[in-house]
Amino acid sequence: MERPDGEEALGLLRRMLLIRRFEERAAKLRAGGLIPGFLHPYIGQEAVAVGVCAALGDDAVLTSTHRGHGHLIARGADPARMFAELFARTTGYNGGKGGSLHMIDAALGFLGANGIVGGGIPLAAGAALQLRRAGRTAVGVTFFGDGASNEGSFHETLNLAALWKLPVLFVCENNLYGEFTRQDRHQLITDVAERASSYGMAGVVVDGNDVLAVRDAAADAVARANAGEGPTLLEAKTYRHRGHFEGDMGRYRPKDEVAAWMARDPIDLFAQRIQDEWDLPEEAVVQVRAEVEQELDKATAWAKEQPHPVPSGALEDVYVETYEGAVLR
Amino acid sequence: MSRFTYADAVRQAIAEEMERDESVFMIGEDVGEPGGVFGVTKGLWEQFGPDRLWDTPISEEAIVGAAVGAALVGGRPIAEIMFGDFVTLAMDMIVNQAAKIHYMTGGRLSAPMVVRMVTGTAGSTAAQHSQSLESWFVHVPGLKVVAPSTPEDAKGLLRSAIRDPDPVIYFEHKQLYGGRGGPAGDVVQVEPIPFGVGRVHREGEHVTIVSYLKTLHHALAAAEALAEEGISCEVWDPRTLVPFDHAGLRRSLTKTGRLLVAHEAVTRGGFGAEIAAWAAEECHDVLTAPITRVGARNAPVPYAPELESHVIPDADRIADAVRKLVG
Repeated sequence: MERPDGEEALGLLRRMLLIRRFEERAAKLRAGGLIPGFLHPYIGQEAVAVGVCAALGDDAVLTSTHRGHGHLIARGADPARMFAELFARTTGYNGGKGGSLHMIDAALGFLGANGIVGGGIPLAAGAALQLRRAGRTAVGVTFFGDGASNEGSFHETLNLAALWKLPVLFVCENNLYGEFTRQDRHQLITDVAERASSYGMAGVVVDGNDVLAVRDAAADAVARANAGEGPTLLEAKTYRHRGHFEGDMGRYRPKDEVAAWMARDPIDLFAQRIQDEWDLPEEAVVQVRAEVEQELDKATAWAKEQPHPVPSGALEDVYVETYEGAVLR
Repeated sequence: MSRFTYADAVRQAIAEEMERDESVFMIGEDVGEPGGVFGVTKGLWEQFGPDRLWDTPISEEAIVGAAVGAALVGGRPIAEIMFGDFVTLAMDMIVNQAAKIHYMTGGRLSAPMVVRMVTGTAGSTAAQHSQSLESWFVHVPGLKVVAPSTPEDAKGLLRSAIRDPDPVIYFEHKQLYGGRGGPAGDVVQVEPIPFGVGRVHREGEHVTIVSYLKTLHHALAAAEALAEEGISCEVWDPRTLVPFDHAGLRRSLTKTGRLLVAHEAVTRGGFGAEIAAWAAEECHDVLTAPITRVGARNAPVPYAPELESHVIPDADRIADAVRKLVG
């Protein structure tokens, strides 16, 4: 892809910052009792979601993981409705029935975060199949982790998608840990992308903390998919700064490893690069940071005012044609 | 002379719905060019081609998962699990994905799809090719569960299942197909049959036998034999286990006052337990005898014919149970 101009570069930075600050605020709000349930923070991996989504057209269809906030924000979702969902309010993305692990934005082709490791992988391939049947050129994109690359759904789907040359991007965010277990204790390979060759598809490794490198690799994969050359397994090497979930302190990780990755923070790296490489006024990055805070102030304030669900609503949406909850046709 | 078989019914329902709606397609092992291991989809590949019938690798999770993904973006997939026993490999996609998507997303997404699978014994098919697992799916909110007993019901209910906006689990009994890979039988017009409407196969006064799939035919045979002894059985088929025709069953029980549930699945935790519990709670005012269940004995399905027939219920076991109930 072409080198972005200054405005595009600031847009990428802004998106990464929005993810980072959204999640930092969510962690704080959860600690303050406003968010029930699980949170699996994406902090540290922002360049992957933002880089991949920058390479996609509006018609792409995406599936995500238990660590899904970053993907959703990168795709352009409304943080206010995301907060409303985390606060379990009726105007949240899922009407308060999904929470962090199931967040969707169907209008953005975002078919949902997923509470099952590897659960979203076959769904993206199936969506790509149907879109191709319907004559569309859209690609399916699925994000998953190194841990999910040991699941049956990963292997079955890669084989199927390669066999049928489905337009799918399999994006492995290798953050080196499957839950609490380091990669060398859950698989003997270092590069998950190696697995692509056994299915006859392209496998690419990219620096997942370099948003432009991710964007370019994803754009190449989209081009292959659109040219009928089938799927790509794109592995982004990255790191989560926090534990597996909020509350997990991540003490199973060596201190020097954490320090080395923190020194390569994707946002700091790109902010520095923007100042070094683009001819922008000095205040530009500062202003982006301020805009992000303003947007999130507004989003949380709005979400806090949203209505809670009524208990009887629990029996709605079980079926499209309701059954037992309401009317049996 | 050709005839209209249960296999014909399934094939015709798929063909007619594919004709009607471009978004309907099939995905599964050997469903396309080979025509299906039971010959059920024979001829469809020639008629509709590879864009409508997707022959897959042996990958049950990917088959159902791809169907879920396709359903989310406008497809109407029919996924086939060759033997129902193999659905164990696809349970995540059915239970955690398809069944939950509409609910988890607050009604914003849905997965209109059918998972067809072959159930029950076919004579010495043994423990991993003979199970009746319908109660697993009945237990999961978000799924509809269909179990047709006759060719007409198989066709009408499958047409409805394909049109249904929710994920539907559709069971076909191996021994009901009626001829493997034989010539296609008569085409019989059957309109889509609404879910949640049971069917009285035989009217009676002394006891209501609730049954479905192959066991329904054992129940009819038992009723025939018992009629000669002066015992009048009503044989009632729910046709869809979810949604269930509670009103229809209550009407029958109001008439007979006695309930026997018979199915091929293991009695313990089987669907009969659900019917029995519901009847005990909601129909105790009309019941005059204890509710009785007849199902498979508590063992995996064995290979030897004499062992298999000891485990799987037949007309004699149903008739004996009825005699005890009315005696």
